Amino acid sequence: MRLPPYATPAQRLGYWLYIAFCVLVFGFLVLPLIAIVPLSFNSTTFLTYPMPGVSWRWYEDFFSSSSWRLSIYNTMVVGISAALLAAALGTMAALAMARTQLPGSRIIMALIISPMVVPLVITALGMFFFFTRLGLTNSLAGLIVAHTALGIPFVVITVSATLQGFDFNLPRAAASLGAPPLFAFRKVTLPVIAPGVIVGGLFAFATSFDEVVVAIFLVGPGQRTLPRQMFSGIRENLDPTIAAAASFMILISIVLLFCVEMLRRRSERVRGLR
Amino acid sequence: MTVSGPDTTGPELRARLRRSRRRSTLISVGLVAPVVLFLVVFFVVPIVQMLGVSVYDRSVSDGMPRTAAVIGTWDRDGLPGEHVYAAIAEDLIEGQAERALAGPARRLNQELSGYRTVIFGTARGLSEEPPESWRETLIEADERWGDPAHLVVLQRAVNPLTDYFMLYALDMERDIEDAIRLQDSDERLFLGLIQRTLTIAVTVTLVCLAMGYPVAFLLANIGGSLRYALLVLVLLPFWTSLLVRTAAWIVVLQSEGIANTFLMWAGFTHEPIRMIYNRFGTIVVMSQVLLPFMILPLYAVMSGISHWNMRAAQSLGATFSTAFRRVYVPQTLPGVAAGTLLVFMLSVGYYITPALVGGASDQMLSYFIAFYANETVNWGLAAALGTVLMVIVLTMFLIYNWIFGLDRMKLS
Repeated sequence: MRLPPYATPAQRLGYWLYIAFCVLVFGFLVLPLIAIVPLSFNSTTFLTYPMPGVSWRWYEDFFSSSSWRLSIYNTMVVGISAALLAAALGTMAALAMARTQLPGSRIIMALIISPMVVPLVITALGMFFFFTRLGLTNSLAGLIVAHTALGIPFVVITVSATLQGFDFNLPRAAASLGAPPLFAFRKVTLPVIAPGVIVGGLFAFATSFDEVVVAIFLVGPGQRTLPRQMFSGIRENLDPTIAAAASFMILISIVLLFCVEMLRRRSERVRGLR
Repeated sequence: MTVSGPDTTGPELRARLRRSRRRSTLISVGLVAPVVLFLVVFFVVPIVQMLGVSVYDRSVSDGMPRTAAVIGTWDRDGLPGEHVYAAIAEDLIEGQAERALAGPARRLNQELSGYRTVIFGTARGLSEEPPESWRETLIEADERWGDPAHLVVLQRAVNPLTDYFMLYALDMERDIEDAIRLQDSDERLFLGLIQRTLTIAVTVTLVCLAMGYPVAFLLANIGGSLRYALLVLVLLPFWTSLLVRTAAWIVVLQSEGIANTFLMWAGFTHEPIRMIYNRFGTIVVMSQVLLPFMILPLYAVMSGISHWNMRAAQSLGATFSTAFRRVYVPQTLPGVAAGTLLVFMLSVGYYITPALVGGASDQMLSYFIAFYANETVNWGLAAALGTVLMVIVLTMFLIYNWIFGLDRMKLS
């Protein structure tokens, strides 16, 4: 992306305007996230600049308030359970789709992708109707089931991508050498697809970590998750505790993103793509 | 000693091969079955059931069974016969005693407001002693029992299968002769809502395309570590919670926020501009939230296009803009289609962002679905609006599937 030395002044102007435009878009993407973090250290109760002083009080509020702590706990329980369930179910499905041409595989794939596509309000409302009858509303179990369904497509997509180019002769070779199927899976297939499985699980966790619409419909005050708590915070009283919670969530996002990128590179190395 | 290997000849082999293939397929079916079962039970069935509420409602046929059995005989020529009024009266008396009238009253009131008072007002005053004429007694208790419009609504509502909610969600109704017609223009609510939802979704999609295309081009054509650094700038918002980003935008756009402070400092305005809790806020925040979904598919397609194509065109005498338009852009169209369909599909069902930063009178379909389900408990209407939204999204989904095939879907 360099200008040739013979570029005309008009081309130079266009080039720099283009670069400026891109810089503005990147600013648009990232600056709001950067803007909210310092406000979590504000010494007053307002979410505005300039800040008169700096303090830790909102983080103290955030980590000592019982409702915020409960919401962190709920988020972790729901997110981790849903991610594990989705990873297990999704990996099995991705393996099945990759190793044989199943009858009706297009329909199965459409079914698996659909939780990603159906608007969340519709999912939430449908589950609310259904779970009310099963007595699964106002319980973490109900939310775990819901978030598992929402996480499955991410796992299937990432594991399928890892399995593209996977040599199914490897487990066959293991079998021919006498390995029982599960042993061959554990020792041969799993190490190759493990990064994809973990990335899929992280995606599923991130989905649950970000999900609020289903949580609004399905759970009561005792099962509020972090995003659900943020939602009422933003609606009812917007103070720097929200900024502290947001900063905490940004930190978790950065950790997740970092893990995924590391695993992606590792997976490309393992599969010899790089 | 001879080693007897497997017999590799004859029809025996074919049979064994078939058996082994069948077993392999069975294993695959066994692996995929749990997911299919899970999603069908906890995802498909609930949604289908919920959407079914828009066309199927038993509250009147269950709450007023005798009426349901006989009111079909009324030919709408004059008032119904005495036996129909007797059935209504018996249902009201029994329903009052067993507190079973709430369902029918709610349902009938949804169609014709005031029906609740007709039901409960009449039911309270009736005595079990059969009078000379139920018809006259009922009309005396409430003159609306003599009004054909009220009776027609009752006659339609005893049928559990109803198109009332679907028609209502499209601003239509049946008149007294059962003909479908558009509601009077001052009573129309939902066509405007659907149009508004589509307008917002299309605007957001176009804004994302306008911002995403140049950026994806830069990402695809820049070298080395700078590319990874910039990709992280795209991926970080992608991974950050929607709620966090919405809260951040409130900080930026509110009247004492950063944007207004900057604009006033720079002298563009003397008093704060209203940039949030209106259409502008919705579009800005939704565009930022969905922009990565536009950039990533575009980037994936663009990074597969060799830059030598453009060089070749230019070496043959094309100007940069001609080469870009005629050689480069056509090759990126699959990415453009994928990004726009994805962003449109996601934005048309948005709920949280418009609810938090949109104007009170500028909400989208999802908001009203939640509103009718939670606030007014009109589940039929909520389900009907949900069906409208589903039809829009599924159409997009089918187009996406038709163009790209789901098996090639990738995340970043």
